[in-house]
Amino acid sequence: MTWTPWRLAALVGPLALLAGCGRPGPGGPSGSAQSPSPPRQVLRYGNSAEPQDLDPQVVTGTPEYHLIQCLFEGLLTIDGRTGQPAPGLAKAWEVSPDGLTYTFHLRENLRWSDGSPITTDDVLKSWKRMISPRLASEYAYLIYNFVAGAKDYYDGKETDFSRVGMRAPDGRTVVVNLVNPTPYLASIIANHTAWDVLPVAVLSRFGGLDERSTPWTRPGNLVCCGPFMLKEWVPQQRIVAVRNPNYWDAAHVRLDEVDFFPTEDIAAEERMFRAGQLDRTQEIPVSKIDTYRRENPEVLHIDPYLGVYFYRCNVTRPPLDDVRVRRALALGIDRESLIRNVTRGGETPAYAVSPPGDAGYTPRARIAGTLEDARRLLAEAGYPGGKGMKPIQLLYNTQANNKQIAEAIQEMWRRNLGVESDLINQEWKVYLDSQHTHNYQMERSGWIADYPDPHVFLEVWESGNGNNDTLWSNAAYDSLLHQALRAGDNATRYEAYQKMDAILVDECPVIPIYYYKRPYLMSPRVKGYWINELDNHPFKEIYLEK
Amino acid sequence: MIRFVLQRLIQTIPVVWVIITATFFMIRFVPGGPFTAERAVTPEILKNLEAHYGLNKPLYQQYLDYCGKILRGDLGPSFKYPTRSVNEIIAEKLPVSVELGLLSLSVALGVGLPLGVLAAVKRNTWIDYLCSSFAMVGICIPTFVMGPILILIFAIHLGWFNASGWYGPIDRVLPSLTLGMVYAAYVARLTRGGMLEVLSQDYIRTARAKGASETRVIMRHALRGGLTPVVSFLGPAIAGIVTGSFVIETIFQIPGIGREFVNSAFNRDYTLVLGTVVLYAGFIIGMNLVVDVVQVWLNPKLKFE
Repeated sequence: MTWTPWRLAALVGPLALLAGCGRPGPGGPSGSAQSPSPPRQVLRYGNSAEPQDLDPQVVTGTPEYHLIQCLFEGLLTIDGRTGQPAPGLAKAWEVSPDGLTYTFHLRENLRWSDGSPITTDDVLKSWKRMISPRLASEYAYLIYNFVAGAKDYYDGKETDFSRVGMRAPDGRTVVVNLVNPTPYLASIIANHTAWDVLPVAVLSRFGGLDERSTPWTRPGNLVCCGPFMLKEWVPQQRIVAVRNPNYWDAAHVRLDEVDFFPTEDIAAEERMFRAGQLDRTQEIPVSKIDTYRRENPEVLHIDPYLGVYFYRCNVTRPPLDDVRVRRALALGIDRESLIRNVTRGGETPAYAVSPPGDAGYTPRARIAGTLEDARRLLAEAGYPGGKGMKPIQLLYNTQANNKQIAEAIQEMWRRNLGVESDLINQEWKVYLDSQHTHNYQMERSGWIADYPDPHVFLEVWESGNGNNDTLWSNAAYDSLLHQALRAGDNATRYEAYQKMDAILVDECPVIPIYYYKRPYLMSPRVKGYWINELDNHPFKEIYLEK
Repeated sequence: MIRFVLQRLIQTIPVVWVIITATFFMIRFVPGGPFTAERAVTPEILKNLEAHYGLNKPLYQQYLDYCGKILRGDLGPSFKYPTRSVNEIIAEKLPVSVELGLLSLSVALGVGLPLGVLAAVKRNTWIDYLCSSFAMVGICIPTFVMGPILILIFAIHLGWFNASGWYGPIDRVLPSLTLGMVYAAYVARLTRGGMLEVLSQDYIRTARAKGASETRVIMRHALRGGLTPVVSFLGPAIAGIVTGSFVIETIFQIPGIGREFVNSAFNRDYTLVLGTVVLYAGFIIGMNLVVDVVQVWLNPKLKFE
């Protein structure tokens, strides 16, 4: 066999050739901006991650939520300006005086994106699917916790759906009966996808109605009822939603198209924004906030975000089983300094668990006291100046600036109280496993609201709640929570919440640190966009300035 | 040669089986599962979810089920993406990684080989120093530094490319360059070394004595021997380029299999972890086999044994 350089070419050539004939892509995202006049209104939206799916009853994450908000609509939706529930597929709704019955009146001539009519049958069968054990929806409890008979249906104790408190007395009305008066039910329906209405005829075409993994959400299959409909979904590349002509309010939808880009890497997302590929990012690296504040303040947005960042104590592990130690540690953190020097996103320092102004509720209780008080508490607990206390094992997960925050707090405790702590870093799911199995002493945590209501932040600390994980339990607290659940009006309810917040501040099973803010970048040409605490911006209201 | 290849293929069967078994049990023993979330799922819901995916069966039963499926070529449903099967995800993403890998390899060879040859021929001149410095710089700058720098210059400041994405042919340029340059640097160094060794051999002197032109001596006589180290390097390198493109795929948001490989482990997407591990294992074994064959082809002193 004689050797020629061509043999090398024979080796390399096909590789290069093969690689060269890449599939022609759908054109860069900037390509759509150069269409002939009038320019199409195309919003290019950084959406942080590839969605798991587009089935409103199966997905759980925020990226999916943004997509579903674009494609689907429930009986109620939210008003972007006020963040309050507004009519969606239902043109009006009433609540009975005892707060136990909700009646929804559907609009006339509602149509799915394929033109077929939306009926009360779709509404009821969608809700039935949501509480079907076979579907195993992660958010099924957002229905079965509230609706009469729904829990028994989910548990299989009741197999007849007509015994669940959901019915349609006529073709345009849906009635829901509740276990307790739930003044925030409208807020849940408007903000969460669990109550969305699905095209049951389409679902049945791709398998059983309550089957979990059918291809009904693929482009070409997916039929929806929101302001936009699915046109293209290239995994890990982009999802294109175009205007839905059959949407009841199509005349007021101003965007022609929304392109969603999965942008897992926030540094890459920021570069895409700078290169003009995105109109809005989902996040911004913390290290870049100061630069943007200085050089491009017009694109930097820092919105309030309904959530709290806190340290969770395992109250069974000494020395954290002593409330005085927990209180001392809560007092030993200089929250203002932490926000100014470490988090730098303009967060609000948290001195109570519930965020202020959440659905009109602001906790009166506050973690208050001086460092002197903290040292005294420690001394009373038997650790004067931190002496005799083993280092506190502080667990955090790898992401974001948890480490920097933990280091700062470690130093504050050392300097202010003489308390030592060890930092332990775990990967996300390992960390969650440690939390749920109570295999930690103290850990960093966060809690973000699904819907705006103080209940979200307070129900968690009920004894035995699946998300409590502190092993803290307090009978007075639990009874206040049940009192609040039974209360028909917000005044009574909020008064119970005030007492619950006071108990939390007093007992410190969790040490609140700050209320989240949401920093992101957005082009000034995006309009029809109002600040709200759930980062919930109805796409039908958004438009681009020419 | 066919016998050699067949023999080697049979040897890989137990290897792949060990890999599947080890991965299956390792991923199960990692704390946290596919449904571990910040918002804990209620026990009732968790039970139904586990029943849906067969996770309520005893582990050995799940293992046997999985082995049965894999024999039929079914890698199972993904946990993270409920409507997609692992087969589908691989079919969708692997071609992207392969395309990126081949383009990068073309860059690596297209840049690395000429530089290496040039450096060897012009040994100890400024050309050699220039080529060798390039190689050192290429090896020393990691892709996660090189990538953002290229994006900064060519996408953000000059506006020639998208900062990330994988839409049109133009989006292939920056990622291929970034990934290719690292390997180009290695190829250049290896080629230079190989060529230097060969150029001092007797048969090269003979070729020159017989009046062969310098081009002919290098291209026809020296290059063949000089490339042996490059070929040995290329096998693992190709496997590395295709499987190790995670960083590049993240920086440039490329929908390749490398990201799935890494993210599936974070997501505890058991079936996707297994699927990608099996795929990569097969790929690496396959590439090593190809290298063995090519080496015999290039070097007449070796035989298939």
